[in-house]
Amino acid sequence: MSVSLVKGQRISLEKSGGGELSVVRMGLGWDAVKRRGLFGRREQEIDLDASVVLFADNQPVDVVFFQHLTSDDGSVRHTGDNRTGAGSGDDESILVDLQRVPVHISQLVFTVNSFTGQTFQEVENAFCRLVDESSGEELARYTLTGGGNYTAQVMAKVYRHGDGWKMAAIGEPASGRTFQDLMPAIAAHL
Amino acid sequence: MAVELVRGQNLPLPGTRLRVAVRAAEPVVVAAVLADAAGRARGTDRVAHPGAPALPGVAVPAGAAARHEVAVDLEALPPGTERLAVVLVLPGGRFGAAEAPYASVEDAEGGTVAGFALSGLGEETAVVAVELYRRQGVWKVRAVGQGYAGGFGELLADHGLARAPQVLRAVADAGRAVAAPAAGATGEHGAVGGAAEAPAAGAPATGFPATGSPAAGPDPGRPTEERLYRQVWGMFEDLARAVAAYRSAVDFAESRMERELERVLDDPAARIGTAAAAAREAARTRCAELVERARAVLDRDVLQLAEEADEVEPALPAALARWDSPAWSAFRAPAEAPRALRLGDLTVPEAPGLRIPMLVALPLERGLWVDSGRGEEGAGDFAPEEADALALAVAVALVVRLTAAHPAGGPALEVVDPAGTAMPALAPLLAAGVLREPPAPGAAGVSETLERLVRRVDLVQMAVRGGAVDALPPGLDPAGLLLLVHDFPHGFDDRSITRLRYLADEGPAAGVHLLMVADREEAAGHGPLLDPLWRSLLRLTPVPEAYLADPWVGHAWTFHPLLPESGSTVLDRAARASAEARRASGR
Repeated sequence: MSVSLVKGQRISLEKSGGGELSVVRMGLGWDAVKRRGLFGRREQEIDLDASVVLFADNQPVDVVFFQHLTSDDGSVRHTGDNRTGAGSGDDESILVDLQRVPVHISQLVFTVNSFTGQTFQEVENAFCRLVDESSGEELARYTLTGGGNYTAQVMAKVYRHGDGWKMAAIGEPASGRTFQDLMPAIAAHL
Repeated sequence: MAVELVRGQNLPLPGTRLRVAVRAAEPVVVAAVLADAAGRARGTDRVAHPGAPALPGVAVPAGAAARHEVAVDLEALPPGTERLAVVLVLPGGRFGAAEAPYASVEDAEGGTVAGFALSGLGEETAVVAVELYRRQGVWKVRAVGQGYAGGFGELLADHGLARAPQVLRAVADAGRAVAAPAAGATGEHGAVGGAAEAPAAGAPATGFPATGSPAAGPDPGRPTEERLYRQVWGMFEDLARAVAAYRSAVDFAESRMERELERVLDDPAARIGTAAAAAREAARTRCAELVERARAVLDRDVLQLAEEADEVEPALPAALARWDSPAWSAFRAPAEAPRALRLGDLTVPEAPGLRIPMLVALPLERGLWVDSGRGEEGAGDFAPEEADALALAVAVALVVRLTAAHPAGGPALEVVDPAGTAMPALAPLLAAGVLREPPAPGAAGVSETLERLVRRVDLVQMAVRGGAVDALPPGLDPAGLLLLVHDFPHGFDDRSITRLRYLADEGPAAGVHLLMVADREEAAGHGPLLDPLWRSLLRLTPVPEAYLADPWVGHAWTFHPLLPESGSTVLDRAARASAEARRASGR
């Protein structure tokens, strides 16, 4: 039961059968764009990067991205940089062990950037999804392709709600090559 | 990908529909005990056994067999079930008399998630093989292997069921059905291939295997050194990260409190009076509350790691074990070279009681330096001679550990000690034969030894580069060499210093390993010339001192050297056994 998210939509990260989710994965996938070169078709390299910023109240405390693959506390792990989008399925993944997120971390904001600078109009088959890692069930999916003339997106935030976690779809377009460029855009959604 | 578990290790489960497969050398009865978080079963109706094989969410086979499958649906278990223990009962005999049973957990598709060999059992006739348990909403499997010499009754009593005559009778009946001569149907309750594992005809009715029966291959789940090495590193990382989470939460709580207190101060209207006092109080309470929650999480993690450490420590082979471990008290020279060496223990201030073994891979990539100096802290209370004696004791323990942990006596020991001041400490090594002769005295001795070792390193390097390792002279000991340097830089002229630096840089790749006992201050006269030497060595302190950083977060860890208890003869015995092993190998 996957939900195609609409901007602003919020979903609770409780399992349908009750019980809390333990590990969620944010997967990001895209395909290398094919364009015609002088000698036939060539693939243009596109490097999208998934990042997540950990906030305590409204302060950024840690960030997990291609240069810092594991949060210091070990609760958030990036599976590594994919710089071409080669391969099907998720090209980059960020795993969040919700049970191990430090107590003061109240929100996690997921972002996508086009490091090579192409806009999402030029990227083929780009999506981002949130998966319950223990069951493999897709909880939510966003389509990025055809998204317009921007190079980044503040995807979603996962935040504490009572004793559990909720996810809010943000889907805010932005511009920038790395998560640092997005901080002002993120701040608006905390 | 299946994970081989060691006793005490746990692993999150990939789903809630699972099978626990059991393989034993002879027919066993399988039961499942459903318990609450404290491990207590509500009543005998919470035990799945041959007399009542199916409970909500779990079904066990109705008879005894050498192979079993227990089907589990964790979501269907009765409410209040937090732990499910899969139990093996041997109808006659004891587990220690046959090959270790093996339990594996399979997911719904039949893929193996984890396996666990229940090794080390003796007189026990009932054992908890694995436990599926829920921790903070996540189901995990834990390798338990807890045996009960008093049998299934004692096991049930341990789960809060002191009186369960019907359960015991049903299990005994199921067991008898097998021990009786008409045991032909043994396999029918087992799963795939069950019949193939039925005991050989003519096995005694007691269930003991015939004494002459062939041993059944290597124990598949025996914790290998490699796995233990990785597990210890995993514990190290887990503690580093758990402490990082705690420190980060505390830092945040405190900085938030300071901001809130400043805000109260900045507001002239609120600066005095009860409103301000209340605001200050609220800020402090918020801080304390967050710190308390962070501490609770840390305590939970530390407790879990401490449990893991208690399970891992006794399983460690000599090279990785504490001196009070059975691996040393009943030391026998090993048949294979060790994967790694334990240099000491590491602790963080938040969990001073949890000691993480500090392991380095072998062969050593850099030399070791036991610091006899009176550094910033720690050794500061000692007179220089005391610090030197303590550092030498630590070094001697390292020498014994390194040589004894290798087969055939390990690397040969060479000593540079121009004034002979290390001889009292080295006497046991000399007596045992680990050190074959006293070091050559004076500056001439230093020069001669270093020159010989430099020549050796050059020779090995040339042979390796030329692809002619076979052409090395026969006198060259392939097990490598450990050079203990004491009293540096006394007796060292410029050439000797240059040679020592060369050995520190080039030695490890050529099998020459340096162990220095030195006070850096003593060599201060040589100026920055020696800085690269000290930097190239791994510094160890003879007393606990916080100076090591972990590779993940960079906390400062306190290093604790490993020394046997005073009066212990473990070093002498290990040194003699090691020297004996070398003589026996003809080296």
